[in-house]
Amino acid sequence: MSGRSLFAKDARTAARNRAERRFRAFGFSAILLALLALVWLLVSILTAGAPAFRQTFLTFPVTLEAKLLDKSGIADPAALSKVTTTTYGKLLAKALEAEIAARGIEAGDMKSKDFAKMLSEESAATLRNMVLADPSLIGQTITFRALASGRIDGYYKGRVTMESAALDKNVSPAQLALAERLKEAGVLTITFNPGFLTMPDASDKRPEAAGLGIAIVGSFLMMAVVLVLSLPIGVAASVYLEEFAPRNRWTDLIEVNIANLAAVPSIVYGILGLAIFINFAGLPQSAPIVGGLVLTLMTLPRIIIPTRAALKAVPPSIRDAALGVGASKLQTVFHHVLPLAMPGILTGMIIGLAQALGETAPLLLIGMVAFVRDFPGGFFDPAAALPVQVYNWTTRGDPGFVERASGAIIVLLAFLILMNAVAIFLRRKFERRW
Amino acid sequence: MTILKFSAPMIAPVIALAAAATAADARDQLQIAGSSTVLPYATIVAEAFGENFDFPTPVVEGGGSGAGRKKLCEGVGDTTIDIANSSSRIKQSDIDLCAQNGVTEIMEVRIGYDGIVFASDINGADFALTPADVWGALSAQTVKDGALVANGAKSWADVNASLPAQDILTFIPGTKHGTREVFDVKVLEEGCKAAGAYDLFLAASAGADDDAKKKDAIAGCTTLRTDGVSVDVDGDYTETLSRLDANKNAVGVFGLSFYENNTDKLKVATMDGVVPSVETISSGDYPVSRPLFFYVKKQHIGVIPGLKEFVQFFVSDEMAGPDGALADYGLVPDPELAATQAAVDGETIMKPLN
Repeated sequence: MSGRSLFAKDARTAARNRAERRFRAFGFSAILLALLALVWLLVSILTAGAPAFRQTFLTFPVTLEAKLLDKSGIADPAALSKVTTTTYGKLLAKALEAEIAARGIEAGDMKSKDFAKMLSEESAATLRNMVLADPSLIGQTITFRALASGRIDGYYKGRVTMESAALDKNVSPAQLALAERLKEAGVLTITFNPGFLTMPDASDKRPEAAGLGIAIVGSFLMMAVVLVLSLPIGVAASVYLEEFAPRNRWTDLIEVNIANLAAVPSIVYGILGLAIFINFAGLPQSAPIVGGLVLTLMTLPRIIIPTRAALKAVPPSIRDAALGVGASKLQTVFHHVLPLAMPGILTGMIIGLAQALGETAPLLLIGMVAFVRDFPGGFFDPAAALPVQVYNWTTRGDPGFVERASGAIIVLLAFLILMNAVAIFLRRKFERRW
Repeated sequence: MTILKFSAPMIAPVIALAAAATAADARDQLQIAGSSTVLPYATIVAEAFGENFDFPTPVVEGGGSGAGRKKLCEGVGDTTIDIANSSSRIKQSDIDLCAQNGVTEIMEVRIGYDGIVFASDINGADFALTPADVWGALSAQTVKDGALVANGAKSWADVNASLPAQDILTFIPGTKHGTREVFDVKVLEEGCKAAGAYDLFLAASAGADDDAKKKDAIAGCTTLRTDGVSVDVDGDYTETLSRLDANKNAVGVFGLSFYENNTDKLKVATMDGVVPSVETISSGDYPVSRPLFFYVKKQHIGVIPGLKEFVQFFVSDEMAGPDGALADYGLVPDPELAATQAAVDGETIMKPLN
């Protein structure tokens, strides 16, 4: 032993300490980098997507003139439905023009076509549906809240400026100036837009009317299919493999394959789904049932693995005790092991569902990327899905769809966070340690 | 195959159940798939159709012209699509596939024309291009003193002194796009011929007969530089736009309707001195355009409700006409629309390709 004090560091100790400090610094900067990336992602999505939840509306009285809408005068439904949205669009534009004149708002040298262009074409369809649903409205003057066109809306979201409007063939600075005066007069308002969550997708001509309604319903239907199929199948498969199956080459093979299947790229399941469910079984295109089946295939191995882990985590002493007091193997599993493993199984299930909810690639192949306007009445009707709607909107030509796509990402993230929060809650609440 | 082994027994009852359910209720909404160029027009018509008729809104899918036609030719019945959108004409191979699967009656409907435009950043220089300029800037080989040499042009001014002295960088549609075909034929081949290079390629060709030589010459004309000045974009026009945004000096290729909806960001180049617009394209003055089609499975008329009504509505003056909703979005109306309307009314099936 040398006579040196332990408190005086020798060169090797100092080097080891330096190495540790270096490693800590690397680790800390890695965390920092990851956090910065996350913050940057969230900020960019939130700033780009938040405007989608607010929309510009024009509220003004509309006289539903009988001579335009009901020429027969007897409110015959067949005759009423012959009046197209074009007529309603003209009626709305005229009403807006009249309101501007009545309020004494300076409109410049705008033509009636320019007034019509300030309103969304969706408004005409909304008004038409109102009248068809309640023909007694004809002849009355109602206060109607119409969606403003995408460019006017874009002006209040910073997408359109006076300079860009001068170059834009879809909007003129005169229309924007008029919009400003309408805002002062209280005709034009910018409010929360529930339609973004409830309305169906819209064509390229009306980004202001595009909503996530069908995508949310479609995703919900698919998740229902995934839940109903993969929970019983996944749990039954896991329980059998874990508790009953003999250990031999076949079960080993199955085990390896389940692990492999969990790593198979999701697009493969899309190709499989197209071949089996659509081409072979003859199920319809774009239907949530097919989407749900494909996602079930994809989710199953991802559920079986955590379920088996949860079953394994139940200590053998529980099983031994149950068997010891005379319970059958089946009773042991269903009365004791499964209830104790349930929190872990549910957590795995929810995380598997969350993965399935965010999955896009397999859905592209089975026609879920279609433009669908009618709400699905069941599992066999065409629908869209949330992540696919994001993809769909990013490919559209009108700049108004950019904010919609980011808004859809926010909705998707909200669902995912909610599901993961439930999983964490369940784990915290029911988890048992032995 | 492990996937199949593993999952088939589990899902078999589900399939059986599902198949029974579909057999019970027939499809009542139209299904359309195909060209992403035609897609926005088809969605606009589908939306208006759903609003104004007592039929459900048709389901419209993209996927590309070729994929759409292939789907159309899969057979007859509920699970096959009714209409295929296409930005190029149907091919004999498609017709053969159709016939093989029992799709014997196809109606060809030309809905109008699509202009293909060159555009650059709104704050950039003005471009007055000719096909020869574009070919001279992008071709792998170019003409110098009556001989073919490797293209070394760096700036547009090197190609044509009247163009801006700005580095050449173009974003053109990738080979999987129908647009690329038009670009090759209407811009590169024309430019190649105008520059006199076509004859040189023809003379240099070692093809067996005249046809092979012509093929060689065209291949020579449409071979592009690989030194990075011509970039293929395989995505859609939104990708081209964002690339232009990042490279303010670049020139991109767009569809007319995309340009018309982004006039605040893009400055369009003239071609042979003509500004592309719905008017100049329909009059034929602007040279780079192509017809857009959709193909209807006639055997589904009367089976799938609303099919004929939808097709009639699509080609009606209100939609496809000069003042219609589609022209408003950037479709160049077909001057012979009346003939198309008559053909649709009479359910005339297409003649064999010549």
